[in-house]
Amino acid sequence: MPPAPKRPARPSPSPGAPPISRRRFIASGAGLATSLAACTPRGRMEGSLQRPGMDAGHRWRDGHAPSAAALEDVDVVVVGGGISGLVAARALCAQGRLKVRLLELCDEPGGNSSGGNIAGIPHPWGAHYVPIPSPEAQDLVGLLRELGVVTGIDAAGRPAYREEYLCHDPEERLFLHGRWQDGLVPNLGLSARERAEIGEFLERMNVLRDARGADGRRAFAIPVDASSGDARWRDLDRETFAAWLSREGFRSAPLRWYIDYCCRDDFGMDASKVSAWAGLHYFASRDGLAANAPSHSVLTWPEGNAWLAGRLREPVAVADALRPGVMATRVEALPNAVRVDGWDVRQSRAVGWKARHVVLAVPSFVAARLMSGNRPVATPPVQHAPWLVANLWLDRAPDGRGAPLSWDNVWMEGRGLGYVVANHQFLRRNHDGLVITYYLPLDHAEPQAARREAAAWDWGTARDLVLEDLHRVHPGLGGITRRLDVRVWGHGMATPTPGGIWGGDRNVDGRAGERVWLAHTDHGGISIFEEAHAQGLRAARGILHAQGIS
Amino acid sequence: MNERATRLLLLASVFVIATCGLIYELVAGTLASYLLGDSVTQFSTVIGVYLFAMGVGSWLSGFVTRHEARLFVQVQLLVGLVGGGSAALLFAVFPHVDAFRPVLYGLILTVGTLVGLEIPLLLRILKDRIAFNDLVAKVFTFDYVGALLASLLFPLVLVPRLGLIRASCLFGMLNVVVALLSARVLRLDGPWAAATRWCGALLLALLGAGMAASSHILAWSESQMYADPVVHAVSTPYQRIVLTRGAGDLRLHLNGNLQFSSRDEYRYHEALVHPGLSRLPDARRVLVLGGGDGLAIREVLRHPGVEQVTLVDLDPAMTRLFGSQPMLQGLNGDAFASPKVSVVNEDAFAWLEQPRGTFDFVVVDFPDPTNFSLGKLYTTTFYRRLARVIAPEGACVVQCTSPWAARRAFWCVDATLRAAGFHTEPYHAYVPSFGEWGFILASARPLAGSPRLPDGLRFVTGDTLRSMREFPPDMARVPTEPNQLNNQSLVRYFEEDWARATGR
Repeated sequence: MPPAPKRPARPSPSPGAPPISRRRFIASGAGLATSLAACTPRGRMEGSLQRPGMDAGHRWRDGHAPSAAALEDVDVVVVGGGISGLVAARALCAQGRLKVRLLELCDEPGGNSSGGNIAGIPHPWGAHYVPIPSPEAQDLVGLLRELGVVTGIDAAGRPAYREEYLCHDPEERLFLHGRWQDGLVPNLGLSARERAEIGEFLERMNVLRDARGADGRRAFAIPVDASSGDARWRDLDRETFAAWLSREGFRSAPLRWYIDYCCRDDFGMDASKVSAWAGLHYFASRDGLAANAPSHSVLTWPEGNAWLAGRLREPVAVADALRPGVMATRVEALPNAVRVDGWDVRQSRAVGWKARHVVLAVPSFVAARLMSGNRPVATPPVQHAPWLVANLWLDRAPDGRGAPLSWDNVWMEGRGLGYVVANHQFLRRNHDGLVITYYLPLDHAEPQAARREAAAWDWGTARDLVLEDLHRVHPGLGGITRRLDVRVWGHGMATPTPGGIWGGDRNVDGRAGERVWLAHTDHGGISIFEEAHAQGLRAARGILHAQGIS
Repeated sequence: MNERATRLLLLASVFVIATCGLIYELVAGTLASYLLGDSVTQFSTVIGVYLFAMGVGSWLSGFVTRHEARLFVQVQLLVGLVGGGSAALLFAVFPHVDAFRPVLYGLILTVGTLVGLEIPLLLRILKDRIAFNDLVAKVFTFDYVGALLASLLFPLVLVPRLGLIRASCLFGMLNVVVALLSARVLRLDGPWAAATRWCGALLLALLGAGMAASSHILAWSESQMYADPVVHAVSTPYQRIVLTRGAGDLRLHLNGNLQFSSRDEYRYHEALVHPGLSRLPDARRVLVLGGGDGLAIREVLRHPGVEQVTLVDLDPAMTRLFGSQPMLQGLNGDAFASPKVSVVNEDAFAWLEQPRGTFDFVVVDFPDPTNFSLGKLYTTTFYRRLARVIAPEGACVVQCTSPWAARRAFWCVDATLRAAGFHTEPYHAYVPSFGEWGFILASARPLAGSPRLPDGLRFVTGDTLRSMREFPPDMARVPTEPNQLNNQSLVRYFEEDWARATGR
């Protein structure tokens, strides 16, 4: 069987915009990450339910957008501190010649790549890994080299990765038929025919990895805009992945479970909802190359991609460009400048900037609203899937039969996507307990309905939901859980439904006016770190070019 | 008590019998799977034998011609005793694999036969109280529902909450209670009734004590896993430390794995330290990673030139024990009392992250890579970090399992050290309680210098040094993947090789 493609990313960077849901606005002064419920019905277990940015976001949605009395003159305002915004701000600060401001609603930038810390154990709150880049992703390799993730390039041009950051073995396990098996591709107890079909599917994806269009470009590339324009491939965006699979004869239950799992993991919805082009992109876009690791390896840290967000943040903070706790409320073009109004949530006051350029590193619906309905954002309409992420602090590793505790632990009968172990990437052995991060895309209903439902939860509801699923593989886990924190991301990530990638007028130059630049995975259509990085870099380079800085 | 209540109680006893019976069966199956592996075989033979025994019991019931009620109560008490005590008994014979099977199947046959005897007896007791068709329907309904309840309770509540010993004691007590109640409603009288009550009370006390003492039973069962009496046992957050003492022999076990036997540990520790240190005449600073027993330090301190020894061991309980217990201090020559020695209780990986200066000689004496967490201490990443604390002309030595039993694992460590930039000199020594054991001396450049051995060694001499470096064909180098964090090849080689070597 060919090596299984790695799953690209969990709720990946849909940077730092206020994840907004339909929950009734609750007045809150300075609270950003609203801790709605806390503490301990279930014995000694403690916890919280957080909805980052929701209160301020709803307030803004409901019309709260006061104008600033005075404006600060700057070169660039970057709106949104997710990965796109951080990458853009970092590149703009690097020259030391521009006065930059990065506005981030939450206390810390990171967006879907944020993380937390329980008892000295850092853990993710969202995206938690990046596959090793394909050879063409030179910019990304360059970034990773600057961050010390790539330690060198060998004679064959292959990057060597710092071993510590490659996912340690054992990487993944799957629970089925009452025990854990190695790896996520179902194997235990499958019939020969089912196994063969999985083999065929993976082989087919290997072939598609090298497929090219008439224009010579790869059928499925990262960033999405680098993919072939050939209609032969792009037309796949018109149907669902499930329809494509059935037509191609991929019907066996274990394979379809695996594919649905991957789609939910990367897009927040299963194959019956996502575009066939997007589904194939997931499996066929990556061709990782490393001097010291197999092609499908992934990079990860105890705190997930929050580690990357932290490294990207450093030069921005050093340049005094970081403005956390500030939500942009309006963006308006002036002659030869752009005015940005914002709301400082901590000090409850309006703030404003007059900038030469603005980068909108926010979801497309937020960008459109910021531009006061000028509809500047010509991307296909994007649906955003709501997510639940839970972090559990356990006394010890949970028991289980079969393959040992791995980095990523998934069960076939699960409602969620399983959990990753924050401690897995640790080198030291003496730490207090274990933190696991559990992921659940709320795809049981239409996104809007699911958001509304989740908005009504208290901590107890969310806790029971999480434990119910975990108890399928770890009965009694609640008894060894010291703490259970939950975050609901109302607009977790873009979901590429049919037509969601190539169906509309694609904004190919990444601009919404002469001085307004767009940088967000929504414009690529697929919410992954690499796309966010490319988006952020494109905006920064455009501005540097416009300012005559190379 | 009216007739209706009596009927109900007797039917309820069917329910309890069924539940208890299945619980004992599941306890036996689970323990058999624990010890003998292959749960499919264990469970199917246990279930098969149990059902067969029930058939035997039913057949035997045909020979009972009178005193059904009395017999029913007695059988019930017996089931309580044998079934309730079954888990404790099985744990006790756990360490004796040969005895385990006869005891296991003996128990299943006994409990099955007794339970098989009970239902027909009860049918006969009830036959005059309930119409036959109704009776059969009710008895079997309770029987099957009880079985369902047991099969759900066992994995979901009993094993996670109570553990096997306490669960089986609890159900044994339930059997006894049912026996006592039945004796009452069936109006047993005379000397039998009194005896039954006494017997029941005694059993309840016994099983209750069993529940309370379950952790002691477990500990005692563990002591049976060692050949010699356990003289010290402690669980720390990192490991289970067990010391045993036999005739003139003191042994240390960590997590059940033998670490040394006082009879031949000098062979291991001389072989670990002297081949390397004897070739570094200018060595002043020595680092020992792992080796909280202080035995490696004892050997290091034989070299008078050594001024400073730093020991880094994760577990403070280990260094405390070996620094304060007279018997153990005698063994390590009271190494921890030397003013040259300083002890750091920290994880070696974390400790190496900080700048620590350099050492002329480093002894790496970690437990074998039996799991992925220990496997990280044998990776290229670890050795690269280690290289930063070794002086330019210095060296390190790594204990690396048996090159005979785990040949690929041994050569994998060698390949890993080379991948991390070391020059290596593998060697091996025979340690009777371990077998053929391997070490690798690693340095940035090949070590020059001829060995200058300290006086008083019992094993390492110039001649043994030469023979140690010879690898006969059955231990000769095999090509292996270096051990990296992202492949943990060593743990896999180690598991496979040892499984093959020990025939498991």
